[in-house]
Amino acid sequence: MTSKTLITDNKVKNASFSKAIAAVVWKDLAAEFRSRELFSAMLVFSLLVILIFNFALELDIKTRQSVTAGVLWVTFAFAGTLGLNRSMAVEKDRGCLDGLLLAPVDRAAIYFGKAISNLVFMLIVEAIVLPVYSFLYAINLFQPGLLLVILLGSIGYVSVGTLLASMAVQTRTRDVLLPILLFPVVIPVLISAVKASGGYLTGGDFTTEILPWINVLLVYDLIFTAIAFMTFDYVVEE
Amino acid sequence: MITVKKLVKRFGMKTVLRGVDFEVQPGEFVALLGPNGAGKTTFLRILASLSRPSLGEVHVANYRLPHQAAAVRARLGVVSHLPLLYGDLTAEENLQFYARMYNVENSEARITEVLDLVGLESRRRDLVRTFSRGMQQRLAIGRAVIHDPEVMLFDEPYTGLDQDASSMLDEVLRSVAAKGRTVVMTSHDLARAEDLATRFDILSRGVIAASITHKQLGRNNLLTFYKNALAG
Repeated sequence: MTSKTLITDNKVKNASFSKAIAAVVWKDLAAEFRSRELFSAMLVFSLLVILIFNFALELDIKTRQSVTAGVLWVTFAFAGTLGLNRSMAVEKDRGCLDGLLLAPVDRAAIYFGKAISNLVFMLIVEAIVLPVYSFLYAINLFQPGLLLVILLGSIGYVSVGTLLASMAVQTRTRDVLLPILLFPVVIPVLISAVKASGGYLTGGDFTTEILPWINVLLVYDLIFTAIAFMTFDYVVEE
Repeated sequence: MITVKKLVKRFGMKTVLRGVDFEVQPGEFVALLGPNGAGKTTFLRILASLSRPSLGEVHVANYRLPHQAAAVRARLGVVSHLPLLYGDLTAEENLQFYARMYNVENSEARITEVLDLVGLESRRRDLVRTFSRGMQQRLAIGRAVIHDPEVMLFDEPYTGLDQDASSMLDEVLRSVAAKGRTVVMTSHDLARAEDLATRFDILSRGVIAASITHKQLGRNNLLTFYKNALAG
């Protein structure tokens, strides 16, 4: 090895915001599709939960329709917490979070990269859980409106969850701390998502029973994405 | 290249750095020595923009921290005792990721060059989690130099390395110094520090207790200087 070749005369220009987001997403997806640690944990957990609920709630078809939304979102919320914890733990365990923070990019790009990866994992798990749930509970969950609600709810959950997971991962009690921090903050998302989903599943009136909750989800998604954008830098710095 | 004035760092009620004054000229190789808990890692984390100073001024590569942190990071390479690498990515993928984050031009050629230089070209498609500690640290060095930094910070880089990997790191550090890069390295290994650095600063109880250049040290023993600095 020679000094002449190890250090070149390249000059570095900072990566753009979108390039940095794309790099973080690519890295997370490449690592996860190889190891499948996070994905398999979320998926197995989700399937177990809906199986347990299926046997625990031996309900008639009409009652099932009314509890489906709640069961579905409890499943997504707990599986999502597993995923969020694991996603940030991977960064912390080998010092990789420092590696990310040392990059000359806007730190909000790191947040958005992590949030998009977490959302992709959550949506994949949901895409597998929904048909299984439909089969077990004999309910058609493939309604465009319901899928929109699931997307908006997942975005809200992940936007707050990624920010709080970044905070919790810096503590020794991160596994316990994340749900304690997260669930009180995502209560508006969960309530809105359950109400809007329930509205679709029970054939409720769109204007009075569904739209208001979708609006709450939209506003929540916007507000918390903006808050995360503004505060992520402070959350991850000592 | 690096100027630190009256730097104070507090964690809650605990004050780790108590008014550190520190200056490094371009091309200098400074070994920052001190006992465990002296604040060496905290100090380096502040220089790396990973931690904010509580009080005081910090300039790295003529940019002020924390306000111009992105400009500092673009000119900084950091190697710590942790590899900062993803075990589920290959060596090549890890470097690709960091090359994208640092927006390195001609990244494919640079990755090949760096892998070759750290002796891991034949393992470029192997997962990092299959690497030994020494190989991971070699790749960590490759990661740190991928964007050709002006300033390099090494935080206990020899921790857990075998003899071969340590020799390899010696060579990289010499290479960096020979190219006129500015280097700050924390270490407990006085013999290695004496062999590599051009200046030795002793950090004790949150302040720079003593400083001496290699030339001033002359034939004297660094260990004796170190012990006297801690005793004083």
